Amino acid sequence: MPELERHSFDVLVIGAGGAGLRAAIEAREHGLRTAVLCKSLFGKAHTVMAEGGIAAAMGNANESDNWQVHFRDTMRGGKFLNNWRMAELHAQEAPQRVWELETYGALFDRTKDGRISQRNFGGHEYPRLAHVGDRTGLELIRTLQQKIVSLQQDDFKEFGDYEARLRVFQEFTVTELAKDGDKIAGAFGYWRESGRFVLFEAPAVILATGGIGKSFKVTSNSWEYTGDGHALAMRAGASLINMEFIQFHPTGMVWPPSVKGILVTESVRGDGGVLRNSEGKRFMFDYIPEVFKDKYADNEEEADRWYTDQANNRRPPELLPRDEVARAINSEVKAERGSPHGGVFLDVSTRLPAEEIRRRLPSMHHQFKELADVDITAQPMEVGPTCHYVMGGVEVDPDTGSSSVPGLFAAGEVSGGMHGSNRLGGNSLSDLLVFGRRAGAGAAEYVRALGDRPAVAEDAVTEARATALKPFQQEGGENPYTLHMELQQSMNDLVGIIRRQGEMEEALQRLEKLKERARSLTVEGHQQFNPGWHLALDLRNMLLVSECVAKAALLRTESRGGHTRDDHPSMDAEWRRKLLVCTADGDGATVTEKPQIPIRNDLLDLFERTELEKYLTAEELS
Amino acid sequence: MSYQGKFRVWRGDDSGGALEDFTVEVNEGEVVLDIIHRLQATQTPDLAVRWNCKAGKCGSCSAEINGRPRLLCMTRMSVFEESETITVTPMRTFPIIRDLVTDVSFNYTKAREVPSFTPPKDLAPGEYRMQQVDVERSQEFRKCIECFLCQNTCHVVRDHEENKEAFSGPRFLMRVAELEMHPLDTADRVDQAQDDHGLGLCNITKCCSEVCPEHIHITDNALIPMKERVADRKYDPIVWLGNKLFKRS
Repeated sequence: MPELERHSFDVLVIGAGGAGLRAAIEAREHGLRTAVLCKSLFGKAHTVMAEGGIAAAMGNANESDNWQVHFRDTMRGGKFLNNWRMAELHAQEAPQRVWELETYGALFDRTKDGRISQRNFGGHEYPRLAHVGDRTGLELIRTLQQKIVSLQQDDFKEFGDYEARLRVFQEFTVTELAKDGDKIAGAFGYWRESGRFVLFEAPAVILATGGIGKSFKVTSNSWEYTGDGHALAMRAGASLINMEFIQFHPTGMVWPPSVKGILVTESVRGDGGVLRNSEGKRFMFDYIPEVFKDKYADNEEEADRWYTDQANNRRPPELLPRDEVARAINSEVKAERGSPHGGVFLDVSTRLPAEEIRRRLPSMHHQFKELADVDITAQPMEVGPTCHYVMGGVEVDPDTGSSSVPGLFAAGEVSGGMHGSNRLGGNSLSDLLVFGRRAGAGAAEYVRALGDRPAVAEDAVTEARATALKPFQQEGGENPYTLHMELQQSMNDLVGIIRRQGEMEEALQRLEKLKERARSLTVEGHQQFNPGWHLALDLRNMLLVSECVAKAALLRTESRGGHTRDDHPSMDAEWRRKLLVCTADGDGATVTEKPQIPIRNDLLDLFERTELEKYLTAEELS
Repeated sequence: MSYQGKFRVWRGDDSGGALEDFTVEVNEGEVVLDIIHRLQATQTPDLAVRWNCKAGKCGSCSAEINGRPRLLCMTRMSVFEESETITVTPMRTFPIIRDLVTDVSFNYTKAREVPSFTPPKDLAPGEYRMQQVDVERSQEFRKCIECFLCQNTCHVVRDHEENKEAFSGPRFLMRVAELEMHPLDTADRVDQAQDDHGLGLCNITKCCSEVCPEHIHITDNALIPMKERVADRKYDPIVWLGNKLFKRS
């Protein structure tokens, strides 16, 4: 057996998207030796795909905006299932996190008076999203990447070594977390390039691995989104919450087939784009739910006036929260009023001058032109729902990002609670920054207060290595690509945007069989940059996380946000008081109920009683 | 609409390799990366390729298709004849790791050598004020997805390993220009561009701009203006004389 590569750090950050990089910056600024471990090259993480912007109540576009309004919008978007403390911290701290990016070198689009421009988005009462055209995620990731480089340059000046206190291990996959008793002790994984194994010893691990979309067939997510952090946390003994809530973004590309699922930014609608069916009708007016009737226009004239006069008009229904719009599109297609390739039409060409479209939506213009031969300045786009985001994730302490396992932290999409049952557009990038920073600080505080360093047991390393190598040692088993395709098809068909009891039961049966078959996966070739092997190891995580989604979705007998039950179509105030908690049980998952934490009174007072009556039980209101 | 397409893909590692022939199904609307993925799923499960977003936004899947530096995810199969054999090879300027994957660490080394954004000391977060027209110049360069195709195609380093030490390449010379044109950056980057990053080695053949998948005008908007600033500083006789007389360095 070759010598095992070993490293020792104070803090390990797994994942190099917005949350991971912001956490690493914070831990390093607290003086801790920090490592970032990421599956892709540094700067390629999925955050790069975010388009529309970062939600932060800076009040640059409308002075009436403030954190309380942002908090209210976030709670409404999540149908009041959100962890209120996370929503509060998020709304309060987002502006500081955005301004801080400017000190790192970010260049947002500007208002006339030179401040950061803010745009409209679904569910946000005022224009609130700081943006750079429609490539805000790229700006965020590059800015954080460059800040990390800047900290490394400082260390080079001080120690003569760029990596003295902050090192990025790129194209590296973590397969197991290591513990000493109940505490985190490190992580085990392999270099994707060489296949060589590495042990990291560290008393604190921050999970920032993003989402789980690659378990679904139609998704806007990249190959990295295999639920690694979710599964690592479960196997280390932490719990997940809200896993039944999956956001299907209403507008993904539907044609050509090879790009099906790729995101079409919500900014298209925020900037005036409208949805039409095959009859040319703006159908969203037919889908305004009761709880939102007073906030959304019921006719085209008022909706169109809103773009220039928000004080005296209600918002266009195209800007309802994403779950509502996705369901509406689904219904239109089902009623055979869809577009030729099974979506609906999203049109901005008749709403804005061509030059304005190219200026505001350059990457959408580019994407449709290059991949679909569609000129969005002259033609409508065809769009349909695509699996985009998981609201559920590791159950954390809102203030520090700590999980129930000492030393294990989580931030960003891999954590749960902040967005409740449905996330508003633009709240993701701000979530990454606010809670990335908090997890970095939380981990630093934990390490500082810790006495003896936990140690990794050698037999745990031997076991982790054996598990990782198993696919090479079996012959005649199945191809990981085949299993992955079957998993994606099952989740898409049976635990997708509209759910039914029988179908989810069938999904669980299929998952059991897939798990069985996954035990005898066979991989060809050797360990050096072998995508078949990488997929075989990621599959284990996808199967575990998919089981959580299906089991939780089966239990929740109501419809709310990113969980729609055909057989239980309405929202139930009793269910708002319950969280479904997933924990590992052997190689499967167990789901149990747990009471939701009641909302603090001063935060409840921010809402009108008539609005609260739509969500809360009579008992809670008395 | 499907047909059997002919592909030649380079396979091997740092010890050597060769082009291998494949016949593989091609469907309507597909891009070259789809075909590479189909090869992985059906014929060569261990074929190494880097990719990520599959939408031209992350810059991971850079390679050479029929000898031209391109993103695999943004090259549609419909631009080729059905009878054509399509050759896919790794980027030539960087060392091979395996198959289509190259060692791009050169770029990360160069990135570290560009001094970071230096904000004004007297401005607190939230106090930054800049006009749209002023940020737009640098914003164009910040569209860069770091696919490194410009670095790969630039003849200063493409077949000249010996220049890699002195030359940062178009991507990072553009980064210097981006910071130089940032309305609030306080550092002086003109001498750096010439002395530390090898701007003088660039002879503006525009190959970098030609292969940029983001259509950034690297040469016209970043490199030439930087060269002009260098020329003004270093070679303008009046400035030269002023520097001598008043001992400005």
